[in-house]
Amino acid sequence: MTTANEKAIAKYKNDFLREVEANVEDGHWVKMCMQCGVCAGSCPLGPHWEHSPQKIFMMIRAGKREEVLKSDSMWMCTSCYNCIVRCPRKLPITHIMHGLANYAHRLGLAPQGQPTREIAKLFWDNLIKTGRVNELKFSLAMYFKDGFSQGIKNAMAMQSIGLGLMKAKRLNPLELFGGHACKDKSGIQKMIAKAREIEDRRRGLA
Amino acid sequence: MTASIATHQTILVVGGGIAGMTAALEAAECGKQVILAEKTPTLGGRTSLLYRYFPKMCHPTCGLEINLKRIKGNPNVRVMTMTEVTAVTGSRGNYRVTLKIKPRYVNENCTACGDCGKAVQAEIPNPANYGLDKIKAAYLPHGMAYPQRYVIDPSIVGTPEGEAAKAACKVGAIDLAMQEETVEITVGSVIWATGWRPFDANKIQPYGYDRYANVITSLEFERLADPHGPTGGKLLRPSDGKEAKNIAFIQCAGSRDENYLRHCSRICCMATLKQTQYVREAWGDEGKSTIYYIDIRAIDRFEDFYAKVWQDPTVRFIKSKVARIAENEANGNPILHGVDTEGYHRYANEHDLVVLAVGMEPEVTGVKLPDDIVLDSSHFIEGSKSGGMFGAGAATSPLDVNRAVQSATAASLRAIQVIHQTASTEAA
Repeated sequence: MTTANEKAIAKYKNDFLREVEANVEDGHWVKMCMQCGVCAGSCPLGPHWEHSPQKIFMMIRAGKREEVLKSDSMWMCTSCYNCIVRCPRKLPITHIMHGLANYAHRLGLAPQGQPTREIAKLFWDNLIKTGRVNELKFSLAMYFKDGFSQGIKNAMAMQSIGLGLMKAKRLNPLELFGGHACKDKSGIQKMIAKAREIEDRRRGLA
Repeated sequence: MTASIATHQTILVVGGGIAGMTAALEAAECGKQVILAEKTPTLGGRTSLLYRYFPKMCHPTCGLEINLKRIKGNPNVRVMTMTEVTAVTGSRGNYRVTLKIKPRYVNENCTACGDCGKAVQAEIPNPANYGLDKIKAAYLPHGMAYPQRYVIDPSIVGTPEGEAAKAACKVGAIDLAMQEETVEITVGSVIWATGWRPFDANKIQPYGYDRYANVITSLEFERLADPHGPTGGKLLRPSDGKEAKNIAFIQCAGSRDENYLRHCSRICCMATLKQTQYVREAWGDEGKSTIYYIDIRAIDRFEDFYAKVWQDPTVRFIKSKVARIAENEANGNPILHGVDTEGYHRYANEHDLVVLAVGMEPEVTGVKLPDDIVLDSSHFIEGSKSGGMFGAGAATSPLDVNRAVQSATAASLRAIQVIHQTASTEAA
């Protein structure tokens, strides 16, 4: 069975720009970048990125598929929207970054262990189980993502905040057992599965 | 003043800058009657506020002087300064135009001797230097002013200062009772040579033009370099009067930006290349110019000038639109932050002075024009629906002086055609 990544490579060959335009949210804007560099200079996390947005756009046009999709850059975006506000050509840079992250994740190329990505995955898995975010389980999953003993340490460190939340009735310990759910749990799950199926079909990954 | 100064065979030219003067002269020298209406007290417009032209690095006074001489010698042109058009009705060959004439408080007797200026103590921001210095409230706009006639600023009218100016005048030229006038005229065609203004740099928040004294516009830099400017032609920076030797030029300050001006202002690349040569002229090899750019647009024959500047070791090119400017509080130096496109290097460069190559915005932006006028998406004048009114010069597109003059000549020819057709219809 061919992987999603192999399918995408077979379909677009070396035309990575076309692949991005077809499969990445707002990807059709990438060709509008005029390489002025204001996004890179305006990004509060700019110095910590492997590649600035302007460089990512140039790499896409230059067909550097692996390097772009494996980059940690788009996972560093905090959605402050400074780049969108400043861009002289009004490229929706934040959205493109998230679109690229999503696509790299779907193809299984996104960097393993990248913290933002790990948290996003935990959040998503937590959410689709019941259609509601279970904050207690989400917090615990985050505490224990780096192993059991680290998880205990994290939980101990956050103990007083947890107790405070409980006292203020903002955290129900019974949520650990199942927890609250939306009315039609399976309906939500089916809907998400269907949406995924449609998106995959549109991307040629079905 | 009566309406009899014009007929439907007259051409009205709105704006007395280089384009308006040219359009008026071309028509007048073909024998047409022309009224040249200018909003400010003098002809010459923004051209007269430039230090040198590109690419020949000659002084604008030269070309202006020739045009002024032609105007003085031509009885077909009637120059009206301090005059604005407030309304236009009618159609091709027959427009009714309302003109508002502001009082100058100085009449034709003035000999520009300057006695009134000496008698007055009050000062106003000098319009000829973009307010960088002050000028007496009784003043001659600048050395090339036409008409060579003083202006009394309205702020001293009705004060002892105004009376002192009047008392000092030996030729009885000062008339403090002058009132604003409104006149209506009939003309056959109107040429809109309303020109341009620098884009308001305060709007470019990350560059701090409003916050940092040592961030100035390219127009202000022209005045710094000019011997008639606020520093007597020395490149001294505004915050502390220190010699500005390490100067940054930021291109596309407002232009090519969906947040500000959508269009490329076309002249700014050449203006900056020219201004690097002011730095060289002032400091020789000690001067240092750094141009931050997206791409240099030196069109057709200007490429030679660009190539020459490129060879100049005092000029450095950094391909990057500066993201923001901060200030070194210890010495007042602006610090430019950004990432370049040739290697994606992150920089924080300190300079003595930053010059923003601000874009050109039509002077009529925000002004209610006759419904007949057709504007493009950047408010430049494309023409008129009735076909009897035309744009000329930088009112039609961001143009340098040379191209503004060409555009004005073309507009003048179109206006002459309208007048000819009007005349032949009448004869028939």
